[in-house]
Amino acid sequence: MKRAVVRAVAARPVLAFALVFAVFPFVVPYKALATQVLIYGLFALGYNLLYGYTGLLSFGHAAYWGLGAYGTGIALARLQIGSLWGALGAGLLLAGVGGIVVGFFCLRRRGIYFAMLSLAFAQLLYFIAFHLADVTGGDDGLRGVSVPPLRLPGVTLALDSSLAFYYFAFAVVTLAMLALKRILDSPFGAVLQAIRENSDRAVACGYDIRRIKLLSFVFSALFCGLAGGLDALRLGVVPVESLYWTTSGQVVIMTLLGGAGTFFGPFVGATTFLVLEDRLSVVTESWPLFIGLIFMAFVLFLPKGIWGTLLARLR
Amino acid sequence: MPEISLAALAAQLFTGLVLGMIFVLLAIGLSLIFGLMTVVNFSHGSFYMLGAYLGFFLVGYTTSFWVALVVAPLLVGILGLGVERFLIRPLYGRSIDDPLLLTFGLSAVIIELVRLTWGKIGLSLDPPRALAGAVNLGFGMFPTYRLFVIAVTALVLVGLWLFLERTNVGLVIRGGSRDSLMVRALGIDLRKVWLLVFGLGSALAGLAGILAGPMRSVYAEMGVTTVIESFVVVVVGGMGSLPGAIVAGLLIGQVVSMTTFFAPKLAEINVFLVMALVLLLRPSGLFGEAGLME
Repeated sequence: MKRAVVRAVAARPVLAFALVFAVFPFVVPYKALATQVLIYGLFALGYNLLYGYTGLLSFGHAAYWGLGAYGTGIALARLQIGSLWGALGAGLLLAGVGGIVVGFFCLRRRGIYFAMLSLAFAQLLYFIAFHLADVTGGDDGLRGVSVPPLRLPGVTLALDSSLAFYYFAFAVVTLAMLALKRILDSPFGAVLQAIRENSDRAVACGYDIRRIKLLSFVFSALFCGLAGGLDALRLGVVPVESLYWTTSGQVVIMTLLGGAGTFFGPFVGATTFLVLEDRLSVVTESWPLFIGLIFMAFVLFLPKGIWGTLLARLR
Repeated sequence: MPEISLAALAAQLFTGLVLGMIFVLLAIGLSLIFGLMTVVNFSHGSFYMLGAYLGFFLVGYTTSFWVALVVAPLLVGILGLGVERFLIRPLYGRSIDDPLLLTFGLSAVIIELVRLTWGKIGLSLDPPRALAGAVNLGFGMFPTYRLFVIAVTALVLVGLWLFLERTNVGLVIRGGSRDSLMVRALGIDLRKVWLLVFGLGSALAGLAGILAGPMRSVYAEMGVTTVIESFVVVVVGGMGSLPGAIVAGLLIGQVVSMTTFFAPKLAEINVFLVMALVLLLRPSGLFGEAGLME
């Protein structure tokens, strides 16, 4: 029975996602948590494209999450753009440009260097946002981000209730997942996995792996930027910590807990992480201690993560 | 631009030198560990922080800064031995990313444990009375404690150099970072050397922590930004290169100190700009060998 469920989900991941998350807000203790799971799930999904599928361990994905959040936030709160799509587009644009520039530098080095460089560049952006208080609000965060109504051909919907916003985010994340599925199933997606498995061989096959890695980096940045933009809408404020290394750490933990390199894993990981955080923080202030210990145990004993281990059992 | 007095500039250069020394100690530990076992130790910053906290505890317990200065790095070194033996060793042969991920988790655990033990509020560690005050060096007054930090670091560096260049173990370490397979083929048990080097690198981080304690504030997250800056130092100097770590550490120290003086807002940012510049012009770092340990 359990095996059948795992197999069905693995075969039709986007459909399975849509079915589960259509009713998700009524399953979890409160709706705010459901929206958070959706958005962080998308963040982990975008991160997984780079780490899980291309094999590049980034420790600086707070950069694209934060750029997406600031792009969307600044469009709404500073530039008074009244369009929801325009604001999310601004976030995507900023995250994409950031991905191109940082990717260009980081991809000059491989392996462990890459991890450290991505972390360093994310910290650079954090400090810039911190000091550029006129634009970003600095230490206080960017305040006054209000969600404009959703305009679709023929209808205009106000997203002022938390449930309405949840279903808006649900629709956006589902579309993003379809796009990601399309990317991974394409020949390009296959090359990404070839690079992960053996980059020298991919070069020998005639692929320009530097260009492909950069493209993967930018795609990943775009997904994470979209997630960041949605989070700015969810919170109504962009905290400067969006760009801080702890945010990068969170997405690494979520992706690994769920299972890097599996399509559904990052969502499982984000759900696990956020529910754990939610439950533990009620009991103890030192909840990061337990998250840290659980994460260490996963690296040591369960490196495939929850979903990855379930999938491996099928074979 | 306002008139800048030479004395102020000299003082700032000096501050940069002291800061650079702390970076050198941290970067050498990181670089030694990386060079030999291609492990990036994210918890290096937590070991640095732990050095400062243990220093604080030992000063209170033994009432002697000198005892603390020796014992705190030793304790951090022993912790490093345990981490290598029980946490890193099972990961050899797996992806090169795994030790980084593991030590990232460990770092969060150590930070929380320190918060539980010593509380959330930062502490202040006083320099010993013998090192209070300032010394006139002829071209300005300099805090005695900071001169002491420079002297201790220089001594440690000389000692380390002698150890690596003049002892058999040092020879094995150098050989092991060049070609570990070859060294093992010669019948040397490299696992003992890895253990030793991880402990040594951790102890150096602990020493940097207790030395930095009286100059900077001591708090649980103090290691995180510092470890990222130390990564930058290692990248600029060239991974696995000890001269690189020293030159880059001193350089980054000056960059931080000079920009703090001329443009305080850019202090943290310029460090990363230097790194980006080095990456553009010399991707393998100032002293790194191209192609080595990419």
